[in-house]
Amino acid sequence: MTLALDRPVTATLERRRIRLAWIARHSIAIALAIMFITPVAYLVLLSLMTSDQALTSDYWPNTWHPENYLKVFQATPLPHYLLNTVIYAGTATILTLASSVPAAYALAKLKFRGRNALFLVVICVMMLPPQVVTVPLYLMWARYGLTGSLAPLIIPALFGDAFCIFLLRQFLLTIPGELLDAARVDGCGEWRTLLRVVLPMARPGIAAAGLFQFFYCWNDYYGPLLYTSENENSWTLSLGLASFRTVHHVDWNLVTAATVLAMAPLIIIFFFAQRAFVQGITLTGFKG
Amino acid sequence: MDAVRLRRGLVTFSFLAPALLGIGVFFVYPLLSAIYFSFTKFDLLSVPQWVGLDNYRRMADDPFLLQAVRNTLWMVVVFVPVRILGAIGLSMLLVQFKRGAGVFRTIYYLPALVPPVAATIAFVYLLKPGTGPVNHVLEMLGIDGPLWFNSPAWAKPSLVLLGLWAVGDLMIIFLAAVLGVPESLYEAASLDGANAWHKFRSITLPSIQPVILFATVTGVIYTLQYFDQAAVAGSIASGQATVGAGISQSFGYPEGSTFTFPLWLYTVGFRYSALGYANALAIALFVVALAVTVILLRRAKAFSGEES
Repeated sequence: MTLALDRPVTATLERRRIRLAWIARHSIAIALAIMFITPVAYLVLLSLMTSDQALTSDYWPNTWHPENYLKVFQATPLPHYLLNTVIYAGTATILTLASSVPAAYALAKLKFRGRNALFLVVICVMMLPPQVVTVPLYLMWARYGLTGSLAPLIIPALFGDAFCIFLLRQFLLTIPGELLDAARVDGCGEWRTLLRVVLPMARPGIAAAGLFQFFYCWNDYYGPLLYTSENENSWTLSLGLASFRTVHHVDWNLVTAATVLAMAPLIIIFFFAQRAFVQGITLTGFKG
Repeated sequence: MDAVRLRRGLVTFSFLAPALLGIGVFFVYPLLSAIYFSFTKFDLLSVPQWVGLDNYRRMADDPFLLQAVRNTLWMVVVFVPVRILGAIGLSMLLVQFKRGAGVFRTIYYLPALVPPVAATIAFVYLLKPGTGPVNHVLEMLGIDGPLWFNSPAWAKPSLVLLGLWAVGDLMIIFLAAVLGVPESLYEAASLDGANAWHKFRSITLPSIQPVILFATVTGVIYTLQYFDQAAVAGSIASGQATVGAGISQSFGYPEGSTFTFPLWLYTVGFRYSALGYANALAIALFVVALAVTVILLRRAKAFSGEES
């Protein structure tokens, strides 16, 4: 029971409390946003300095040198690394999707004996640290004389990828079975049902899985280090960045320019494909 | 009737063939060979010789292994919980926003897209003692900044900072979980006079329990294979950026503080060419990873779409 007089007072207090909360919330969020962006911004600023200034503790260029980006393309093997990375990430992604979608469809929508056991195996493969099978696989590729090339990184994509199969299966589970039954009644075979009915519906899931795969390959360091380090012709960006050096000293402005160039495509892709990507992540909840 | 069933079986098999082949060639076969190799001694040029349990005995008194295990354990105990707490904190913050969450969500997520090698180079540079801007700012505040990646005590915490910066992927998962908690529960609690902390403790936390378990297990697995950032940080901070056989010279810099288990495995296998011993280490890693995975499958339903 409150007196009539109290009411406006409590209402004002309540309003003030809400406003304060709003200010606090936004201040924290903006402060964090600045912290998250700073490292990237700093890299961009460094990449626009002279190499002498990049060695100091300045974070604002005295003079602006966008031509550093041209220099990176002309004076370093970066274009070559970039090409290798595009070849690796591009082909591996397309092949992985082509081999994983049918398997994911079978695990999600077809009934067969041992389905759950097979799914468990897929999860185990997904959880396996790549280092465990490194030595036998390396020896296998060496036997066929394929180390020092991109082949050991691309060929496995022909045979599906556990994480990709897992992600796609989770997505395909959400497609109603009645639709598939209808297609089967109309006399579509399983393959035709997959191509005609399921693929158009599963586009967001396939996009998310494809992006994951592409990002993973683009960023992969362990794989290229293992299989291509002996042959500089097949180095990828991640390898090139980590071993960046000119003849005498490190030109940090060029290293950072190369780093920005390595990041830019992913950020641009993310910007345009954000919705599918976030959907794919929230759907299954797993980090790559 | 049998012909029909056979046909259906063949169709199903045609869907699964590439994946089954892949699991066989890239998982089962290398795993079995790794087990066999772990009882042998050989290098790239010699034939494996059976040595029984020698490799496993060797593990018992391998000072480098001890250091690598210690570092990896440190990462499991600190890196994993810190990232989970950070992800929960960010998702709780984002949930407060009705509009504008999209902008913040994107900004917080972006670092997770930066290639680990690039991110590591950026952090080594940001935290460079002497010229790095972070210590510069600390200096202005009158704080004597640490040596970060160049100090044995601070190198691993620097890697944790790096992991915290790229926590966006985990944050999205928690955000989805937190958004999935029914609003009515909170409303009922409000009527009972619960404050924000009570609501978090008694409603949010129990609801996201499965996700926490999931994030813990995947976090541990991730830490067990933590290679890229540790390798690159040591190489860049020590000032000798080389790759291939050369990069392992700077592994663990400074003073072995960033020397994780996968780095030791790589060194043993590809620098010392002690392939038998490397496989024994790999099998030990596999046993730990498998144990963690089994715990997950036992405890969590997070994986099952319609498991039956």
